Amino acid sequence: MSAPNNQYDPVEVTPLHPDEVARMRHEALAAIAAASTLEELKQVRLAHAGDRSPLALANREIGALPPSARADAGKRVGGARREVGEALKQRQAELEEERDARVLVEEAVDVTLPTGRLPQGGRHPVTTVAERMADIFVGMGFEVVEGPEVEAEWYNFDALNFLPDHPARTMQDTFFVESPSGGESGLVLRTHTSPVQVRALLERDLPVYVVAPGKTFRTDELDATHTPVFHQLEGLVVDEGITMGHLKGAIDEFVHGMFGSGLATRFRPSYFPFTEPSAEVDMECFVCRGASVGDPANPCRTCSSEGWIEVGGCGVVNPRVLTAAGVDTDRYSGWAFGLGVERTLMFARGVEDMRDMVEGDVRFTSAFGMEI
Amino acid sequence: MRVPVSWLTEYTDLPEGTTGRELAEKLIGLGLEVETVDRVGADITGPIVVGRVLDVEELTGFKKPIRYCRVDVGTANGSGEPQNIVCGARNFSEGDLVVAALPGAELPGGFAISARKTYGKVSEGMICSASELNLWEDHTGIIVLPAGGAEPGDDAYGLLGLREDVLDIAVTPDRGYALSIRGVAREAATAYGTPFRDPADVQAAGAPGKGYPASVADPAICSRYVLHGVTGFDPEAPTPMWMKHRLALAGVRSISLAVDVTNYVMLEVGQPLHAWDRATLSGPIEVRLARSGEKLETLDHVTRALDPDDILITDESGPINLAGVMGGATTEIGLSSTDVLVEAAHFAETHIARASRRHQLSSESSRRFERGVDSALQPAAATRAVRLLAELGGGTIDEGYTHIADEAAVEPRPIVIAADRPDRVAGVAYGRGRVVAALERVGCTVEQEAGGEAELRVTPPTWRPDLTDPNDLAEEVIRIEGYDGIPSIPPRAPAGRGLTPSQRLRRSVGRRLAATGFAEVLSYPFMGERDLDGLQIDAEDHRRSALRLSNPLSEDEPLLRTTLLPGMLKTLVRNVGRGFHDVALYEIGLVYSPRPGAPERAPMLAVDRGPAPDEQESLARALPEQPRRVGAVLAGDREPATWQRSGSPTTWADAVEAARETARSANAELIVRAARYAPWHPGRCAALYVRVEGEERLVGHAGELHPRAVAAYGLPERTCAMEVDLDTVEAAGGPASAPAVSGYPVALQDVALVVGDGVPAAEIEEALRTGAGELLEDVRLFDVYTGEQVGEGRRSLAYTLRFRAPDRTLAAEEIAQAREAAVAAAAERTGAVLRG
Repeated sequence: MSAPNNQYDPVEVTPLHPDEVARMRHEALAAIAAASTLEELKQVRLAHAGDRSPLALANREIGALPPSARADAGKRVGGARREVGEALKQRQAELEEERDARVLVEEAVDVTLPTGRLPQGGRHPVTTVAERMADIFVGMGFEVVEGPEVEAEWYNFDALNFLPDHPARTMQDTFFVESPSGGESGLVLRTHTSPVQVRALLERDLPVYVVAPGKTFRTDELDATHTPVFHQLEGLVVDEGITMGHLKGAIDEFVHGMFGSGLATRFRPSYFPFTEPSAEVDMECFVCRGASVGDPANPCRTCSSEGWIEVGGCGVVNPRVLTAAGVDTDRYSGWAFGLGVERTLMFARGVEDMRDMVEGDVRFTSAFGMEI
Repeated sequence: MRVPVSWLTEYTDLPEGTTGRELAEKLIGLGLEVETVDRVGADITGPIVVGRVLDVEELTGFKKPIRYCRVDVGTANGSGEPQNIVCGARNFSEGDLVVAALPGAELPGGFAISARKTYGKVSEGMICSASELNLWEDHTGIIVLPAGGAEPGDDAYGLLGLREDVLDIAVTPDRGYALSIRGVAREAATAYGTPFRDPADVQAAGAPGKGYPASVADPAICSRYVLHGVTGFDPEAPTPMWMKHRLALAGVRSISLAVDVTNYVMLEVGQPLHAWDRATLSGPIEVRLARSGEKLETLDHVTRALDPDDILITDESGPINLAGVMGGATTEIGLSSTDVLVEAAHFAETHIARASRRHQLSSESSRRFERGVDSALQPAAATRAVRLLAELGGGTIDEGYTHIADEAAVEPRPIVIAADRPDRVAGVAYGRGRVVAALERVGCTVEQEAGGEAELRVTPPTWRPDLTDPNDLAEEVIRIEGYDGIPSIPPRAPAGRGLTPSQRLRRSVGRRLAATGFAEVLSYPFMGERDLDGLQIDAEDHRRSALRLSNPLSEDEPLLRTTLLPGMLKTLVRNVGRGFHDVALYEIGLVYSPRPGAPERAPMLAVDRGPAPDEQESLARALPEQPRRVGAVLAGDREPATWQRSGSPTTWADAVEAARETARSANAELIVRAARYAPWHPGRCAALYVRVEGEERLVGHAGELHPRAVAAYGLPERTCAMEVDLDTVEAAGGPASAPAVSGYPVALQDVALVVGDGVPAAEIEEALRTGAGELLEDVRLFDVYTGEQVGEGRRSLAYTLRFRAPDRTLAAEEIAQAREAAVAAAAERTGAVLRG
């Protein structure tokens, strides 16, 4: 084992000579001061503070010195490097400051220029409002079911207690599908979403809590308030111990979810073959809350100053319907409702003309975006 | 049904000061759909009074004779002096009582009365006709009041009932009884708790048995048949003003006294009546079903071929009435009829309903029979009619009348219900006492069932044939007690599973397409042959096999769509027409096509039990196939020109990309191949496939439309479209499994391959993927070049290959090997040559 090398004089190792270190330091500081851009400073940093810079190379030589000389040389070189580092940092800050003050200002653009590339798309509000209506019931635990649009008369009428010669059957202006030979096919374009009630009862286990949104058809000419193709949301509950009170509760939840909490609803006796008792549902006008009634100075367009808006029809499922669907009427009862999607949209978003919902004008659809 | 309030209040006393609107609210609460309250005469104001014509000066020299009258209006004009009034009518004489509108009055239509010069005289008012006061239609002259009925100067408002609230009620099919003043008045009495005076509570005139000879072939078609007559009737006797006015308010035109009386009684009690001139009848009447080949000319002068299901009234001459629907022309009562025979019958509802539909003839009579007429009412209604005829037109009521009845058939059937059924239906504890009281209030007889307190035996009244089921009775109780008493109980559904994958997919596809600039449309699913012609679809194409509507709204569009394209393309054209040239639309909806092997007619199943599985299956087989499709159409610039860049026109690629977006939503891989398929451009049409359970299935097409289709629809040039079957795309997709995400460095390698220009890019890419093996992370085509450098009939495709290993940094040799393997595979499969 050899003794440490004490033979070297730091003054004799050229790069570590104090004069030499001072020179390197001086050159570095001068270069830093001379750098006028961040890019130049980057080059200076490489040249004078990088791994292969004179000071870095000098630093490596220190290990070759005898231990007694190392501290002195280390101090000298380290001090120089620190000083150069500080100068670099300072110059970097100065140059960044300068860039921020001048260059970024020069790079300024008009950010108010239009930025779009694609035309604006959108989902049809009838689609999104129907989804939202269904979602309110999904939140209550209901599931969403669907049925065919071309439907067998048995599902659309007979099973729903529309007897063949009952006037109610002609009340709904039905589109009939021809058989291949031009005769009666026993098929119709469904006049309501109610046939899905029967399908749900046949396909699912009891109890049943479902809503059925979908397209429906009646032979009305298109005008401001009618369209031959429209959409409904059907609701059906069949369970033990179901009363009209549960129906009212569900309708209230819907009205509050869709139009705002605290709105009153009312039932008016009505008639549908598939419910008995039956009711029309009105809700308190969510715009004027009844304030426009009898106040001609402040008319309400939403409710025509009636104070109430008709929401849809509902009732206790006629036991005859349950029977046709094979449900034990001694044990089970239920309720059903039908809500108009277009109608809901008209009220909820102030659509005044049915034709706007039908024509497919991009301005109309795009205005509603993705959700409603 | 139009109900004048003053008529209704003949049968019940409403609280003092009740307005028509308040009454309407009450009736709505009971379930009558009062649509409007017509305030008839509200637009008549100012002095309108009774006047006596003192003398008449005939003015000549005008186009028509004119009268200048001095009219005593008492003190109504303030002066007591006679009023001078010019009048164009001639149906009055000196001394007659007339109705005079004095200056300051305003008549319907904003017609203000003032003293003004006319025909050379100053007319200080107007002598009014019934039409001018909106009372009833009358163009024969002015109103001449009966002598002694009033004094000059009397107010005419009350005397003539110039102002009247009329309720307009939309009668639902279950409430036939509400098609009468009687029925509505009964409901009003119930609403207010006031006594009801039944207009049908009349003692029959004469005795049953010696009336006009008649027979009923089958009680099942007519359970009660009554004929009652009047002889020596004055056919020219006028209809009294009060009756004309009421008929007019109810919306019925006055015709002659005999006809007016039958209409009046029908409105009053709800029993349709028919009146014959007895002289036109030949021999006994028979009520029977039609025989094949029989014909009848009805009152509307249409000769109708009768159906063996039609109920007829016949005499020895053959059919004389289409029973319950419309009378025959040959026995129509006329202005010379002195012997009037009135018929009141109870015909079978379903026969009348069918006849009305079959002959497309809906009458006041058929509407009532269809909805159910009081089965005990006929003798009273006939009596009421003959009494009015004799009273107003003179003549003698026959001593006897015809009455044929099958009492057992018409008697209402009792319904046994649990006494707490209404409580259980409503969710309200009414209790037995209130249930019984409510049922009695609507006219039911309630007895205790032998079983004890828990059950009630309820017999509905004869005017409520709609009450047949326990729930019907529950509804009666609940509506009498008030629907507003029903509590609101939040539903208690079991936890649901939310939306189905298919429902979620639809939303997701919609959002994706909307986010990439497409606007959703919901076009009508109707189309015509012309739409398919326009799409260049040939005769054998399955899309020609469409379902047909028997009653389409438009003869041009009798078919149900087999493709979404016609509706979307027409919507596109509409938008372009409105000045939007850069349009992208999408639609999600069903198309319909006949199911192979479907029966001619869907079966009609029983409703007294649930269908058996094979019965359900038979219905399912009869329904057409109704797959769900997604379609998109685009025209103009996909990216419209902006300040940054010029516009990029829509191309076939945008249509294919819309299909890819759809597949991405489903997490399905879309396979694209060149195809020729209408309505697409044969060189720019992609057939789209997915893999379902290892098998490739065609799901649709995308690309640029054929110029012929573009021309046929009037579309912008180069319109593009896609249509795919969403159900199949859904079947091909599924939940993704997590990929292994490697953190090791990537190695990028570019290769340019020269191939024959008929080689599809998809094949080259597929070959590169296969050849490169597992280290390949992705392939991206970044350049397509054709030109001199690669030679004619060839093109150069430049790809970036991304390599990465899951567990190490790739060595240069590995990368080179994988690259070479990829190029070799492309060379072998497609003849590709590495570009030097």
